Amino acid sequence: MTEASAVVRWRERMPLRVERTLEPSLTVRILVPIVSIILALLTGAILILVSGENPIAVYRAMARGAFGDRYGVAETLVKAIPLLLTGLGVAIAFRMQLWNIGAEGQLYLGAIFATGTALFLFPDWPAVPLITAMILAGLIGGAVWGLIPGVLRAWTGANETIVSLMLNYVAILFSEYLVHGPWKNPQGFGFPGTEQFPEAAWLPRYGTYRVHLGLVFGLVAAVVLWVILRRTRWGYELAVTGENPRAARYAGMRTRRNIILVMALSGALAGLAGMSEVAGVGHQLQRNLSPGYGYTAIIVAWLGRLHPAGIVLVSFLLAALLVGGDQLQMGMGLPAAVAPMLQGTILFFLLGGEVLTRWRLARR
Amino acid sequence: MSELRITRRTVLGGFGAAAVTAILPRGGRVLAQEGEPLKIAFVYVGPIGDLGWTWAHDQGRLAIEEAFPNVETSYLESVPENPSDAERVIRDFAQKGNKIIFTTSFGYMDPTINVAKDFPDTVFIHISGYKTAENVGTGFGKIEEPRYVAGQIAGKMAATGQLGYVAAFPIPEVIRGINAFTLGVRSTNPEAVVKVVWTNTWFDPQKERQAAEALLDGGAEVIAQHQDTPGPMQAAQDRGKYGVGYNADMSSYAPEAVLTCPIWNWAAFYIPTVQAVIDGTWESSQYWGGWQDGVVDLSPIGPMVPEDVKAAAEAEIELFKKGEKTIFTIFSGPLKDQNGEERVAAGVEMTDQEILNMDWFVEGVEGEIPS
Repeated sequence: MTEASAVVRWRERMPLRVERTLEPSLTVRILVPIVSIILALLTGAILILVSGENPIAVYRAMARGAFGDRYGVAETLVKAIPLLLTGLGVAIAFRMQLWNIGAEGQLYLGAIFATGTALFLFPDWPAVPLITAMILAGLIGGAVWGLIPGVLRAWTGANETIVSLMLNYVAILFSEYLVHGPWKNPQGFGFPGTEQFPEAAWLPRYGTYRVHLGLVFGLVAAVVLWVILRRTRWGYELAVTGENPRAARYAGMRTRRNIILVMALSGALAGLAGMSEVAGVGHQLQRNLSPGYGYTAIIVAWLGRLHPAGIVLVSFLLAALLVGGDQLQMGMGLPAAVAPMLQGTILFFLLGGEVLTRWRLARR
Repeated sequence: MSELRITRRTVLGGFGAAAVTAILPRGGRVLAQEGEPLKIAFVYVGPIGDLGWTWAHDQGRLAIEEAFPNVETSYLESVPENPSDAERVIRDFAQKGNKIIFTTSFGYMDPTINVAKDFPDTVFIHISGYKTAENVGTGFGKIEEPRYVAGQIAGKMAATGQLGYVAAFPIPEVIRGINAFTLGVRSTNPEAVVKVVWTNTWFDPQKERQAAEALLDGGAEVIAQHQDTPGPMQAAQDRGKYGVGYNADMSSYAPEAVLTCPIWNWAAFYIPTVQAVIDGTWESSQYWGGWQDGVVDLSPIGPMVPEDVKAAAEAEIELFKKGEKTIFTIFSGPLKDQNGEERVAAGVEMTDQEILNMDWFVEGVEGEIPS
C-alpha cells in the first residue's frame, strides 16, 4: 500500500472535513477575535509564570507603558503611523490579490526621495511648500518602487511577490550607500547618516510629544481608501479583478492598467510612511530607518481584514503591543525575549481565530 | 503600589525637572548612599548573551552594582537604533527616575541628545559618539592599543604573511582598528598583507562566519574581526587557522584558534563616572581612555603562541599599561597609505581629531573603503 493511498483512506474514514464558510455570521465575527485575545493572554500568562513573574502585574505594566499616560499614548501613535500607512498600502494590493511584500523597500524609497527634496532640491523653501514637496516626493518615490513589480507583472507576468521582495534589499542597500557615501553628513566625523533637515522640513508635532502630522496622513489615507473601495467604480473593479480576473476581463475591465495603478498606489502609501518617518521622527536619513514596518504591515493588513477601518484599529493595537513590550525588561527585569514571545503568541491566536472565522469543520 | 509611586515621581520628574535644577546645584542633590537608591539605566544594542559588545557593557553594569551599595540598575536589550524606538526607550528610562543613563551604541547619539534636553537633571553618557551637552558626556576607549599588540602576535603566527580582517562598517572606528592591527602585524612581519572584507553588520553570526571563510579560502592564516559574534573565530578553528577576536575573551568558542582578543573593561570608566555623579563633581566631557586606564585590555594569550612571541608581546603590553606607548605612538610617522603615498611624515604624531576621523588605510591593507 503506497503512502498516498493510505492518506486517501484515512481521509475517507474521517467523518469531518474543512470547508470554507461563505459568510461568517456577525456573532462569529465578533466573538472569535475576543476569544482569541483571551486565549492569547492566557497562554502568555503561562510564559510569564514560567519566567517567574506575576502575569497580571506584567500585563498591567504593558498597558501602562502603552496607554498609561499621554506620553505613552503619544508614543504608541508614533509607532502606529508607519504601520498604518504601510498596512493600507499592502491592503489595497492584497484586495486585488497582488502580493506586494515590498512595502519595506517602498518606504525606504519614499524616505530617500523626501530627504533629497529637503536637503538638496529645495533646502531654502519655507515650511508649507517644502513639506508639500516632500509629501509628493515621498509618494512618488514609493510609487516608482511599486511600479517596477507592477509593470513587470502586468506586461511579462513576472511574479510580483518575488520582485517586490527582492527590491526591498535593493532599496535598503541604496539607502545605505547614500548615508555612507554621497549624502554623508560632512560634519559627521565619517559616521553614516545625512545632516539634519532644515527645521522647515520637520513635520509639526503635537505639543511636546513626538506624535506628528503623519498621523493625519494615515487617517486621511484610510478615509480616501475607504471611499475608493466603497464608492467608486474603480474600487469595484479592483475587487472583481481580485476575485476573478477572467470575469473582470470579460466585463471589459482593463486588468493591466489596474495592476499597474494599484501597485503604484500601494507603493506611494508606503513611500509616504517613509517620508513621515524621516520628516516627523528622525529629521535625517540614517541607517536602520525602519525596524521592518513594511513586513509588519502584512500582518496589520490581514488582521484588519483589508478594511481601512480595521487597519486603523489594528495598527494602533499592534503599536501598543510593541511599545508596551519595552516595559517587561525595563520595569520588571524580564528577559528581553519575553516581549517578542508574547507578541508572537498574541498574533498566533489572532491569526488562528481569523482562520476559524473563514473555515469550519463540517460532517461529511 | 510601588509602581504607582514611580508613576507619580515620573510626573514630578518630567514636569518639575526645570524647577528642581533651578533650586539645586547640578549634581549636588542629596544622591545619598543611604535612603533612596540612585537609579541607573543602560540601553543595549544587542542581547547580553552576545558575549561581545553588549556583554562587555553589562559586565560594567554588574561592576557598578557591586561597587556601590545603594544603586539600582535596569536595562533594555536589543533596542533598535532607529529614531522612533531608541528615543522612546531613553525617554522612558529618564521618566522612570533614572539619574544616570548609559546609551551604549553609536546610533543612540541623536536620541540621547534629544531626550537630555528635557531632563537637565539627569546625566547621560553616550558611548562612541561625538555630540555632547551640559548633561551629556561621551565615553570610548583606545581599543587600537590592544589591537596593535594583537597584530604583533598575529604577524608572527602568519607564516605566509596572509591575514584577513572581517570588518563591520566603513566608519572611522573600524578603519582605525584595521590600521592599528595592520601596523602591529607589519612591525613583526614587514611584508605581511591584511585583506579586508566588509559585512555591514555588528551582529550576524552567519554572515560574519561566511566572510571569514572567504578570507580563509583566499589563503589567510589569521583572521581578525570587529563584530560582536565569534563566527569568524569558529571558521578559523574549523580550518585549523588562527584568529584574533574582539570585545570579550572568545577563546571558549574556538580554543585552538583564538590567539588573543582586544577586550573592553567598561567598569574602569563606569565606576569613576558614577562616583563623580554621586559626589556632585561630574561634568560633561569626552572620555577617551587607553590601556593605561584599564578600560581596554588584551585577553590571555593562547597556548599555541610560542614562548618568545608571548614574551615579546607581554613586554609591549607593559609599555602600554605604563603609558610609555599609546595610540599616538602607533599612529606616528612615517605612515604611508595603501597606495604608498606618505600621509604622516617621520617624527610626526597624528592628532586626536586625525585619528578619530581616519578614512584611509595604511600600507599593507588590501581592500577598499566604500564611499
